[in-house]
Amino acid sequence: MEDSFARRRRLVAGLVASVLIVGACSSSGTTTASPEASAAPSVEASTGTESAAPSTGGQIGGVVTVIGTWGGSEQDSFLAMVAPFEAATGIDVQYTGTRDINTVLSTGVASGILPDVAGLPGPGQMNEWAKAGALKPLDDILDVATYTADTAPALVKLGTVDGKISGVFIKAAVKGLIWYNPANYTAGAPATWDALEATAAAPAKNLWCVGLESGAASGWPGTDWIEDFVLRQSGPDVYDAWVAGTQKWTSPEIKSAFEAFGKVIDQSYGGSNAVLTTNFGDGGNQLFTDPPGCLFHHQASFITDFFKKQGGAKDGQFDFFRMPDINTSFAGATTGAGDLFGMFNDTPQARALMAYLVTADAQKIWVERGGALSANTKVTAYPDDVSKRSAEILANAGVFRFDASDLMPTAMNDAFWKSILDYVKDPTKLDSILSNLDSVQTSAYGG
Amino acid sequence: MDQRLITALIVVIGVPGVLLGYIALTERLLTFTPDRLRTRLRPWVWLAPAIGFLGVFLVYPTIYTIYLSFLDKFSKKFVGFDNYVYFLTTNDTVTALRNNVIWLFLLTFFAVAGGLIIAILVDRVRYESVAKSIIFVPLAISFVGAGVIWNFMFAYRTPGQPQTGTLNGILGAAGVDPIPWLINAPGNTIALIVVAAWIWTGFCMVILSGALKSISPELLEAARVDGANELQVFRGITLPLLLPTIAVVATTMVITSLKAFDIVYVMTNGAYDTEVIANRMIKELFTYGQPGRASATAVLLLLLIIPVMAINIRRFRAQEAIR
Repeated sequence: MEDSFARRRRLVAGLVASVLIVGACSSSGTTTASPEASAAPSVEASTGTESAAPSTGGQIGGVVTVIGTWGGSEQDSFLAMVAPFEAATGIDVQYTGTRDINTVLSTGVASGILPDVAGLPGPGQMNEWAKAGALKPLDDILDVATYTADTAPALVKLGTVDGKISGVFIKAAVKGLIWYNPANYTAGAPATWDALEATAAAPAKNLWCVGLESGAASGWPGTDWIEDFVLRQSGPDVYDAWVAGTQKWTSPEIKSAFEAFGKVIDQSYGGSNAVLTTNFGDGGNQLFTDPPGCLFHHQASFITDFFKKQGGAKDGQFDFFRMPDINTSFAGATTGAGDLFGMFNDTPQARALMAYLVTADAQKIWVERGGALSANTKVTAYPDDVSKRSAEILANAGVFRFDASDLMPTAMNDAFWKSILDYVKDPTKLDSILSNLDSVQTSAYGG
Repeated sequence: MDQRLITALIVVIGVPGVLLGYIALTERLLTFTPDRLRTRLRPWVWLAPAIGFLGVFLVYPTIYTIYLSFLDKFSKKFVGFDNYVYFLTTNDTVTALRNNVIWLFLLTFFAVAGGLIIAILVDRVRYESVAKSIIFVPLAISFVGAGVIWNFMFAYRTPGQPQTGTLNGILGAAGVDPIPWLINAPGNTIALIVVAAWIWTGFCMVILSGALKSISPELLEAARVDGANELQVFRGITLPLLLPTIAVVATTMVITSLKAFDIVYVMTNGAYDTEVIANRMIKELFTYGQPGRASATAVLLLLLIIPVMAINIRRFRAQEAIR
């Protein structure tokens, strides 16, 4: 793999050289403004300031480029998070948000033109890029002892590749929460999944609201459903084997998870057409209409932000319980996810930013603004009851598993998303959908 | 001034400057060569930059792509035709191939027939330029923009909720239940083709309209004097004279439909059986990290386009021969 990267990088270098030659022919002296150079300003910035800057504390100055997936209010929260860092160090954090981060970064890894620091699509890609040498290990940069002591052990482990810390979590989310409107449902958390399914939908028309649309990533909310079913029906061992690619999709364990999800869709608002065309952010809106369209909505802890902004809900109009256990021998199992950050260019500015982002002081800022849980266990300043209780679930989970689709190879993940859409569209095709996933599994994990 | 603006200026002023400088320089060098040799050398010297650029940016990548298409996902081990076998036996890629065939026939038909009908109809009216401008404007819209616009056109809400999509809004006003346009196969592929046709019809219309104007009025006049009705004039004179232009426009549309990507990527990203070859290629390369399979896909796409190009070139030569 390194060979092919090196070859491509050489090709790019050749192109850069030819651009520079053309530039040099056209005018003398102003050739530094080639497009490649402006795409990676950090290179110039770092060489300019390296000698002057110590790597810790004080005014460092210069620029660090950051790419992440956040836009809108999440972007505001990230910028608020780095504002004190910019003030303290004089480093300018240049953030770009993109929904297409996977393409941007894989193209970047192939060409060598990368941001200094980036939000990574998931641990799967982090592994690939760390092994390819694109991601720089962080062991020398972070205060490892403090980091491991303050971070949930499962998250530390997920960010480690071949014994080196390659990615750090700057925020986390608990998945598998069932949201409801206390005005329509007052019975509290059901003890079992069967009891939940037996709940009468009234006054709502249907039991569930599901929204799967998410642009190019459409289908992912359904993968969360399947993951929660697999973990609660068949336990962490099957779940791990499934993530590792050794559990067949056609096996009864995975098939029964799909079938359980199919039952949810049967009882959901608007049927499969509404499920497929509703954006995940609008998914829970029907909880707050009069009369309500549904009683429950299944989503991770981040959804509260969308309830307020898209659904017009106010604090107190929504509450949640953990998705009930199905098989009692796996009681207390919970899935979750988080936002990984990695470093592609080893510059003093990037080092300083990475070291800052894992601190409790930094993560506290986002948490206080709402919509996020901290990966740092020292952070307790949750602004409301809902996020405080989600943080408790994260801290007290009997069995905690990271979002399976994010851990799978990208080809598998992509096929998983799409299989959700195909299944909701036509549940009778389940067997052929699953055997198709099996063949993707064979090629995605191979080699 | 911003660095990027300086770069842009260098490119705008510098590139023509370099080319002129190259010509001046080589002309000067040519004066040192003997007369007879000079006339034979000069065309090659003038062609050299173009050949150089074609070599670096077209020939080399093409050969390298063909080479990669026989290697595994790490571009190391030779795997023979495995990548091609994969493409031709995998469910999703075969669907993509089928959809490109649908695109090829329907987009070409919609755009060329639509363009032809509009060109002929507006030829007779006073507000011709206004009508043509309206049809032509979508061509100026980027495909991504068109995809976003048509997402609003096709938007679907659960029956009973206010329909935000234009088409479903119209259906709702007529008391018909909304249709999830982009979800039901195979109608969704046709819906995407309609978006492409919306863009390309204007292009076909402008070119066909130009050809229509170049038909000598005497010919049409003579036919009418001889008692031919309008349909006969169209079939006997206008259509045969337009045929070479129609062939060129149709070829362009065939190639456009084989390369269809942006609209699919923005509107469905290939879900619900709307996948096309180009989108699949991007996914294989960037999402799945399979340069071998992506290259094989690119080579197959190239092989599909070559016959179309060959037919086009042959037609072009035949036409030149007549002239």
